[in-house]
Parts: sequence; C-alpha cells; structure tokens
Amino acid sequence: MEDKLKTLGEAASLIASGSSISIGGFTSQRHPTALLRKLIKDGVRDLIIYCHSAGSDVDLLIGAGSVKRVEGAYQADGVFTPISPNWRRFVEAGRIHFEDYSNASMMARFAAGAMGLPFMPVKSMLGSDLMERWGFSSEERKVDPEAAPAKVHKMECPFTGQQLALVPAIKTDFCLLHVQKASPQGLLRIEGQEFLDVQQAMASRCVIATCEEVVKDEELRRNPELNRIPHFAVDAVVHLPFGAHPHSVHNAYDYDPEHLMEFSRASKDDASFDRYLERYVFGPDSHEEYLELIGGEARMRALRARSGLGYNPELARRGGDR
Amino acid sequence: MRAASTTELMAVAAAREIADGEIVFAGTGLPMLGAMLAQRTHAPNMTLLFEAGAIDPRMLHLPMSVGDSRTLVGVAQAAGLFEVFNYILQSGRVEVGFLGGAQIDRYGNINSTAVGDYHHPDVRFPGSGGSADVATLSGRTVIMAPHERRRLPERVDYLTSPGWLEGGESRVRAGILTGGPSALVTTMGVIRYREASHEPYLDSFHPGTTPEAVREETGFPLDISDSTETLAPAPEELEILRRVVDPEGIFIKP
Repeated sequence: MEDKLKTLGEAASLIASGSSISIGGFTSQRHPTALLRKLIKDGVRDLIIYCHSAGSDVDLLIGAGSVKRVEGAYQADGVFTPISPNWRRFVEAGRIHFEDYSNASMMARFAAGAMGLPFMPVKSMLGSDLMERWGFSSEERKVDPEAAPAKVHKMECPFTGQQLALVPAIKTDFCLLHVQKASPQGLLRIEGQEFLDVQQAMASRCVIATCEEVVKDEELRRNPELNRIPHFAVDAVVHLPFGAHPHSVHNAYDYDPEHLMEFSRASKDDASFDRYLERYVFGPDSHEEYLELIGGEARMRALRARSGLGYNPELARRGGDR
Repeated sequence: MRAASTTELMAVAAAREIADGEIVFAGTGLPMLGAMLAQRTHAPNMTLLFEAGAIDPRMLHLPMSVGDSRTLVGVAQAAGLFEVFNYILQSGRVEVGFLGGAQIDRYGNINSTAVGDYHHPDVRFPGSGGSADVATLSGRTVIMAPHERRRLPERVDYLTSPGWLEGGESRVRAGILTGGPSALVTTMGVIRYREASHEPYLDSFHPGTTPEAVREETGFPLDISDSTETLAPAPEELEILRRVVDPEGIFIKP
C-alpha cells in the first residue's frame, strides 16, 4: 500500500487559497494547530470554513486574515475564552461572512456529506432565528458556487406530517485532523471522544492528518475496533508530536492555559494579534522551533497527560499561576 | 462556614432541578457545577451527557468545556457528536437540559448569537453550539443567567434557542412537540412558567434580595405574588461544592 507520510511543508502545500476546509477537534481539543500555523505562514487566504464547535483553531485563522467565510455553530474556548475574540471582532466590524447553525444541524450537514446524501432532516432550528435569519441571502448564494442554494428548508414529513428542517450536505476540499495514532498508509486511530472527526473526514475530498505517533499498519490492525478512519479516505499523514499545542490531545497532553490566555489577550486588536503571529507563527522556522519557543521540554513535561486519566490533574488552570 | 455566594446559590439551585435517575444534558460552566453536585448528593443515579461525546462520566475534575478530557473519567462511552445528538437527544431520551445565554426573554427564549443588528451586531456571541438543539429536544430545560434588566428583555434580539416562543401554544404550532423551559435560575432568584399560558412568575428570590427588587431588575412583566425565599444551601452541599466539585476555584472563588 501507498506510503502517505509527508512533511508538514509538503502537506500544507496541498491547500490552496480559496479552498473549503473543515478542522477536526472541539473547542480546545485535538485541533491540527501546527498545520494551521503553517497555512498562515504560507500565506493561504480566503478559506471557507465549515465547523461545529470551533475554538482558537478557527479563531487563529480568522485573526490572521485567512478566512473569507465561516459556516458553523459556536466559536469559543470554553471557560478560557467564552467568546472567541477574533471572531467577535471580525463579525462586529463586518470583516467576515458567516452563517449560523446549531451543532446538531452542522453534525447533520457533515453526516449527509459523509453518506453521499444531498441533505438531512433535523428537528432542530424549528421556531428559531437559525431558520429565519440568513447570513447570506438566496441572491448571494446564486452567484457563489461554494454556497448551498438555501441555508435551510422547512418541510412536512410525507409519512407523519411532522415539521422538519432540511439542512444541505457539506462536501469540503480538505479536512484537517490531528489524531493520536496513524499508520503510514493513512489508517487513523482516535482516542477519547471522536467529536465529529469521522463525519468531517468522510465528507471531504482530501483528508490530511497530523499525528502524535506513526504506528505500523499491521499493529493498528491488531485492534481494528479502535480504528476510526480507513486508510483509503486519507491522503496525507504528518508525524507531528505536540502538533495540537496549545490544544489538548487525550492521553497525550493537556491544553496550555497560559498560552490560551495569551492568545485571548493578544486578540484584542490587529496590532496586538500581529505581534502574536509574528512571535508564534512567522517567527519559528519549524514546528520544533515553535516547541522550543513555548518552553521546550520543561513546558511539554508540565502538560503531559497522566496515564489512566488522559489529562494532567496537576495542571494550573487559573490564569497566571504557573 | 462562609455563607453561600451567588454562584454557589445558583449551582445548588441548578442541582435541585435534577431528579435522581434522570438523563441530563449539560453545557459549559455553571450547569456542570450543578450536575456534578447533584450526582454527589441527591441524584447518584443520574446520567450526565456532554455533546462532545462523553456519556455518563464519574468526573474527578471540573472540565473547562464539554470537550475536555476531564469528562472522560469513569465514562460509560467516549463517543462523539453524531451519537449524542442523534441517538440520545433527537430520539427524545434527554429528560433535562441545562442552558445559558446572553439574553433570556419573557417566554424563556434564549439569545446566544448577537445583540443589535444580526449582520452588524453591537456584540457578537459564540452562537448556538448545542443550545438550540437542547432547547428544542430535551424533555425540559433549565436556563441559568445573570439577573440584569438588559439581559432579561421582553423579546430577544435574536432567537437562538426556542423557549415557549410567544407563550400559549406557539411552541407546538412551530412544530416543536415536546419540552420547553421549566426554570430560569438567575443571580437573584428562580423564575418558572405557568401552565398553558407559559407566562413567567417568580418562584423564589435568593437570600439578601426581595421580590420587588427582582421585579425591578427584570425587563418583562413578572408576577411575584407566589414567591418565597430560595431555600439556603445545606452545609453539606456547600462543602461538596467547594471541596470536591471545584477545589481549584475555577468558578467558586474561595
């Protein structure tokens, strides 16, 4: 079978400006953040992002000016950042296009794309402005080949008469994931919650996975019930330990509260966020240099997950008390 | 023992909304505190769910979000959004859902999207997340919010998550056949909704305030005629909240 191992640079070079992408993970968890930093560094722009509960993954891209449009449900880093600051700033200033759904309706849209269906019915959105208010109109959608012709369509079930909302399928150019284990052939294992990674991957034309560990294919096949995404659905694998930092990876390391708070503070305006990008995105020449910059071995040790728990129970989680 | 803070009063009030044996859907923040407290006091047989995929955890540490690895300790299943939203929530198995929001209106409709014009908002919030789904599909919902007049308007600027919509039968007419808000737990008291009309009334006011003060801070008409003082937290509840649920002081300030 084909070896799909690539360097970070090779994988990032697959993604052109204007592409539609989805990003694996959930709020502050298991995002392919090193790959996102590389996209920004390479100057990729005008991305169309489909997400559910995003956090400082999408917010990093927004703050870097790499995003044209977001269709999603939620932008926050949990207790660290109750509203993603760049998201808030860019929407309030009219600098980004957006469309609001709920998490379950975005889940249904990805699932439809993954199953080869044009839409999915959901019971959510009824009675809500998610149904009534559209981020971009039917007219705008007509001239945008990437946008579904309608945000949502209300219908009565032909069998029961029940009212339902139909939401359009998503098919993305790229799905970017970070997982615990991958084989060189692209078989992916996810530990902990899978979030919506499987549906996002299967709803994409090209899946790029960064991983904590590259494991031989035959070894992953010894416990096939733990594997989540088949090799033929994956196009590139990048070995990138700590590739999700400052986000967490179950069983590997925790989120970095100090960095997430620094990100949040830096996002207050363009000048301050440019300084953040200069330091953490454009400054380091490689992922290894980035890891040195954030504190190297000592910091990584402080974030390491404790075996049996999947996170670090000793982690200082309140701002500034490291 | 130090008297209960407002946050602690709210967490205890939230916990009391959970009956033993119920299936509970909780969002980030105070609802987690309430759910973890209920599990350690009167509701040891409740099942807690988080939309990111944790099904029935026995948490040791407070999560910072619903996707946190801390939600996986002692968990029955580590699944994902597909399983939790489809098989558990949309199928009608969730008995009570906990929600927050930036604005809550007269009929318990929630805005967690935007204040001001939708396209050019004065303040933009995170968006629905699972809120609209939980509000639509749970057996009942408990909403938690700071009690300020501007946050409790007659009508939300953007209706993210449906409550009783315009009162009366409007929720059913919109095609939502089940559920609806049962309580709004605020920093000042607990508001509930009348049968049939779904008009709000003050059920209890927290120690240190008065029904009149609560009504004054509320942006919609509030019937205060049936209100009594919120039952103070038991020392045992406060002890568990402070020492077991949130010893790091993430929400509960020492």
